[in-house]
Amino acid sequence: MLGSAIIVFRETLEAALIIGIIAAATQALPGRNRWLAAGIAAGIAGSLVVASLTEWIAELAEGTGQELFNAGILGLAAVMLAWHNIWMARHGMQLARDARQLGKDVAEGGRAMSALAVVIALAILREGAETSLFLYGLLTGGEETFATVISGGAIGLATGAAAGYALYAGFLRIPARWFFAATSGLILLLAAAMASQMARFLVQADLLPSLASPLWDSSWLLANTSALGRFLHTLIGYEAMPSGIQVVFYAATLILILIGMRLCRLQPQIPRTA
Amino acid sequence: MKTLARLPLALLALALPLSLWAADTEFALVIRNHRFEPAELRVPAGQKIKLVVHNQDSTPEEFESHELNREKVIPGGAKANIYVGPLAPGRYPFFGEFNEKTARGALIAE
Repeated sequence: MLGSAIIVFRETLEAALIIGIIAAATQALPGRNRWLAAGIAAGIAGSLVVASLTEWIAELAEGTGQELFNAGILGLAAVMLAWHNIWMARHGMQLARDARQLGKDVAEGGRAMSALAVVIALAILREGAETSLFLYGLLTGGEETFATVISGGAIGLATGAAAGYALYAGFLRIPARWFFAATSGLILLLAAAMASQMARFLVQADLLPSLASPLWDSSWLLANTSALGRFLHTLIGYEAMPSGIQVVFYAATLILILIGMRLCRLQPQIPRTA
Repeated sequence: MKTLARLPLALLALALPLSLWAADTEFALVIRNHRFEPAELRVPAGQKIKLVVHNQDSTPEEFESHELNREKVIPGGAKANIYVGPLAPGRYPFFGEFNEKTARGALIAE
């Protein structure tokens, strides 16, 4: 039971932390909860479909289907996060200021939220598919009973979700004047982390050169297996032993999004008269 | 039309370096009863290698290694290719995440 609890916790944690950040970053957007719920539901449904297709996906592209699939999901999620940050750089201030124009806000908030709901769905899809495969293996392996597997899984899920909620609650304590910078900064790093993981899968599939494997080894300082290492791996893409190309993807994503945010930022303008 | 005709050539030119760096040495690993066989695999350092992992159990397993920076789910009864390296000489542990207690092994690059 403990075994299933630990693995479900690990898989849940990644998705839960991502949901925690996104929920905090969008707390001011109208219609947020509906979009969050839609993203979570779509992710769970999708993960069951992906889990049932695992063997088929694995055999695609001469046995590299799984890597391509994961890389595609991570790439799409990174693009959605980038788009959100650039959009918020342009409209975020306005959105907060023009609270009166409720009708317009709901529509615009919806546009901003839809991209992040996709990110949530993709995060759950990836982690959820692995979790359901693992639980399925335990159940058919016959070494544990249905009750212990399910209760272990439920404990893991609850603990992971609690960690995500704790992150969310912590974020809401950030003073208002830093809040926007903090959340968009973290979403920026999250996008870079996903791009770096995407590069790792493409190296694993032999579609990209690793450039250096590893470029450095900081596992003596902070190992990927430690609790803090895992936490930072999910949030900001920390790797104790990254390949060179991962660092290239990470840095390029950061720079491109920052340029996008800078180019799209609205100049301070004279308030419109309605 | 001209550009269209050149497309196969361009693709070939792209594929050539890909196939060059894909010419690697293959090494086989088997998962049986939630254990890796062999548990220690000696591989050459300094060159890229292709691990072919055959999961002979009926349940899925996830090949994972922090040192090699790799993770891959292998369905029951399936084979998976995992490219690693070029590695510096040393010991690179890996494990099966779904059966962490028993499924443990290491690559020894030398």
